[in-house]
Amino acid sequence: MTSAPADKPSDVLVDVKNLCFRRGGRVIFEGVSLQIRRGEVTAIMGPSGTGKTTLLRLIGGQLRPDSGTVTVLGQNVHKLGRDALFRLRRRMGMLFQSGALFTHQSVFENVAFPLREHTDLPEPLIHDLVLMKLQAVGLRGARDMMPSELSGGMARRVALARAVALDPTIMMYDEPFAGQDPISMGVLVTLIRRLNDALGLSSVVVSHDVVETSQIADTIHVLSEGRVVESGSPEELARSESAWVKQFMRALPDGPVAFHYPGPSLEDDLLGVR
Amino acid sequence: MLGFFALLGRKTLDSFGRLGRATLFLLRALAGLPSLLPRPTLVIQQLYSIGVLSLLIIVVSGVFVGMVLALQGYNTLVTFGAEQSLGVLVALSLLRELGPVVTALLFAGRAGSALTAEIGLMKTTEQLSGMEMMAVDPMKRVVAPRLLAGFIAMPLLAAIFSFLGIMGAYVVSVATLGVDDGAFWSQMQSAVDFREDVMNGVIKSLVFGFVASWIAVFEGYDCEPTSEGVSRATTRTVVHTSLAVLGLDFVLTAVMFG
Ligand SMILES: Nc1ncnc2c1ncn2[C@@H]1O[C@H](COP(=O)(O)OP(=O)(O)O)[C@@H](O)[C@H]1O
Ligand SMILES: [Mg+2]
Repeated sequence: MTSAPADKPSDVLVDVKNLCFRRGGRVIFEGVSLQIRRGEVTAIMGPSGTGKTTLLRLIGGQLRPDSGTVTVLGQNVHKLGRDALFRLRRRMGMLFQSGALFTHQSVFENVAFPLREHTDLPEPLIHDLVLMKLQAVGLRGARDMMPSELSGGMARRVALARAVALDPTIMMYDEPFAGQDPISMGVLVTLIRRLNDALGLSSVVVSHDVVETSQIADTIHVLSEGRVVESGSPEELARSESAWVKQFMRALPDGPVAFHYPGPSLEDDLLGVR
Repeated sequence: MLGFFALLGRKTLDSFGRLGRATLFLLRALAGLPSLLPRPTLVIQQLYSIGVLSLLIIVVSGVFVGMVLALQGYNTLVTFGAEQSLGVLVALSLLRELGPVVTALLFAGRAGSALTAEIGLMKTTEQLSGMEMMAVDPMKRVVAPRLLAGFIAMPLLAAIFSFLGIMGAYVVSVATLGVDDGAFWSQMQSAVDFREDVMNGVIKSLVFGFVASWIAVFEGYDCEPTSEGVSRATTRTVVHTSLAVLGLDFVLTAVMFG
């Protein structure tokens, strides 16, 4: 790491520098740089398909960038060997968009999974820890249910309990609000902020839900077409002069991002010779 | 015409790519085997779902194949007045060929397809990714126990198949075809060689078990993470396993008995 005393480098948990990434010839990122600071909730926003999930997978070391570096907790993720990467991942929690619960195991066993895999704790202690994590997400009473019996919001909260089971330093959320009804949306919004502050986590929330994300984020990075187009606090972004950011933050149907996907003109399609 | 060669070339490259991936995959899975030593329960659970749950179809097929063998064999042998050797015919057919081969084909349809679908669905629903992000290697936690359990279960299932086939043939021969009880067993005992016949059959079933489990877990892990992807991978498991088993059986038979 470079010495930049003014920037207090120890406060930067994740440092993404000049990240470039291509997938099947398509450029997803061309020179993305951003930082995630200790104790904050950092949001990464952008329309669907900009590569938000891809960015989380790059940070977690599941994908390899074409160029650029990702430094997590002072370690270059893509220079680590498999064992070192797995050690680093124990300090990262990730909430997948789908929840990714193990469908053949009960809620209790799902949350116990990381504890059983990574610790030698005796069964009574695992039992208590799991119930504490489930209590934190309000689902202690659902411990014996199977994932197929849970509603979408409950499944996501169970996945959240599982992700924080090992007390990670960094929590990453992939679209935590997508497809939720207003009540479970509100529950998740407060839960993410509360867990962040109560457990002393640092959180990365990837989302395209502007209102909910603005409520809890300390810093927002807006991604578009492979770049960070603007960064700042929610208030700063709300006052942004950029036409693109305005359209995105205020959810206007047409603007720099056209409503119509590029294609031949309507006249050609309907009246043209075939 | 050019299109045909382009297609042929692409298919060939595809096949080699798949073979390469399958080999690398196998090496990684084998490297995960030692991690199972301290956790035998992972393998025992899989032995249950791969082996025990396949028992019904193996038992029923074994008995019926044995009974049919006896009926058909009797018709031929009786014209030479050799029907007292029915036990030998049945035992050799089952131990050398039908036991390992039919068990492997049934195994592909019953257990292999289930393995592929299970792993493929775990991939599609991001359970494997989730595991990786929890710093748990799916190769060690998911793939290795299933590979090992399939390898262990297959020879045992083949042994059960052959044993029940012989018992089925015995009942039909002695009870309905009038073959002498003592001749059935004593002729079998003197004609069947332990090393030559029994062990070669066991070796076959070990090879088939290894290949069938390998194909099943690989297809699941390598599948395209969509519902069509899982369904295609499941079909491929059954087809590839069957072809591989029949091809290998020819080679092994040529080497062992040729
Ligand atoms: N496995 C894959 N293979 C090829 N392209 C992919 C794959 N996964 C995602 N993509 C492409 O990468 C782009 C970014 O995807 P993603 O990170 O999921 O976007 P977001 O999460 O922002 O909606 C998408 O346009 C998608 O088409
Ligand atoms: Mg996404």
